[in-house]
Amino acid sequence: MKEKRSYLGGLMHGIGTLLTGMKITGREFFTKKVTEQYPENRDTLEISPRFRGRLTMPTDAEGNNKCIACGLCQMACPNDTIHITSESVLNEETGKKKKVLVKYEYDLGACMFCQLCVNACAHGAIEFTTEFENAVFDRSTLVMNLNEELRMKN
Amino acid sequence: MFDFSIVTQWIHSLLTSFLPEEVAVFIECLAIGVCILLAYAIIAIIMIFMERKVCAAFQCRLGPMRVGPWGTIQVFADVFKMLIKEIIAIRHSDKFLYNLAPYIVILASIMAFSCLPFSKGMEVLDFNVGIFFLTAASSIGVVGILLAGWSSNNKYSLIGAMRSGAQMISYELSMGLSLLTIIVLTDTMQLSEIVERQADGWFIFKGHIPAFIAFVIYLIAGNAEVNRGPFDLPEAESELTAGYHTEYSGMHFGLFYVAEFVNLFIIAGVAATIFLGGWMPLHINGLDGFNTVMDYIPGFVWFFGKAFFVVWILMWFKWTFPRLRIDQILTLEWKYLVPIGLLNLLLMVIIVVFDLHF
Repeated sequence: MKEKRSYLGGLMHGIGTLLTGMKITGREFFTKKVTEQYPENRDTLEISPRFRGRLTMPTDAEGNNKCIACGLCQMACPNDTIHITSESVLNEETGKKKKVLVKYEYDLGACMFCQLCVNACAHGAIEFTTEFENAVFDRSTLVMNLNEELRMKN
Repeated sequence: MFDFSIVTQWIHSLLTSFLPEEVAVFIECLAIGVCILLAYAIIAIIMIFMERKVCAAFQCRLGPMRVGPWGTIQVFADVFKMLIKEIIAIRHSDKFLYNLAPYIVILASIMAFSCLPFSKGMEVLDFNVGIFFLTAASSIGVVGILLAGWSSNNKYSLIGAMRSGAQMISYELSMGLSLLTIIVLTDTMQLSEIVERQADGWFIFKGHIPAFIAFVIYLIAGNAEVNRGPFDLPEAESELTAGYHTEYSGMHFGLFYVAEFVNLFIIAGVAATIFLGGWMPLHINGLDGFNTVMDYIPGFVWFFGKAFFVVWILMWFKWTFPRLRIDQILTLEWKYLVPIGLLNLLLMVIIVVFDLHF
């Protein structure tokens, strides 16, 4: 409920709220500006860490990725952006069969950067990087093999 | 303190030495007219650039940065674009009034602009009812705005113009009251005289409490007078596209735009002259060394420094507060600013009568 104020009380309250607003914008006037002058400051560009540029598979210190080829990301994707090929490999020590990732195809051209795949992944095997200069001359180059990229990096 | 009237006296004696008096005065009038128009254009460009930069800073942006160093050439590019655009004639509009309106607005603005004392001896219009003339001249602008809205044959323009008329005529009142408060303190209306009286302290310090209240009321009313800031509903783009200048294009729109920005500067310049001492340096009684150091800074630096500081405050208002509704605008004026202004005038009279000011 709106409380009833007297004439002078309302006036003082109004001046107080106006000054609060002016204090905030006055502080904002002197803060560091967020504008990035992109092509010139390419080396020192600051992008928010939550920005979704493209999907990658991060590796740990030994160059291993946590992917277990479960296919949850493929199922979570609304655009059919991800295609996973896996095979079963027999573990010599335990004598049990285990799924191993063969090919992780990611179509950047169809991706809508919704992050559902990253949320679906139970092992943190995929994530978005802030790398955003994704322009290419041919659409077929947008289909990337993340697994291959990982091997190339190692 | 350099007296600029030495220069004007010298030019006058030079011209009269080989020309008859009337011809010399005519040539001087022409030269001064050209100077005023030039200063007007330059200040408009500076104001537009400042508006964009200050607005950007309040919104945590950088503003124009690409055209020229720090975007300084941007406004020139915009002006050039405006100049080469076509002026569209609207069908079923009142052609004569439609074309006349921007010139009335700019005429009022230039007349008010030429009243400002820029530096010592650098006043164009300076006579014993200076402030009276200034308020009268600046309120001609509302006629131009009403004409623009009426003649455009567009309902948005008409609504915008009517809102603008209601707002400007209302706020004229509290602006006049706050100026009157200071006139009570100075007992003169001549602008050069008002500045001279502030040699031993600016009126905002000399008049203390009522002068400060009058200053705040003047800033609010002035902001409403130029249709800016939280009072920009005559041109509220979300409701009325652009208000009274919706149908104008090319340089006719440009004239409205320029007049709006220079009117803002005029409001700030008058506030600087009346309350903050105009071109008068900051003098503190008793500190003679400090006062002589301050005197070395030229008068126009003081004037423009103060005026642009007030402009900055007005821009701060504009980019902080949300737009008011028409009923809120009229409530603020008639239920708050006018009664407070009248009481403030009474308080100032009491202070002057009992000699309680500094």
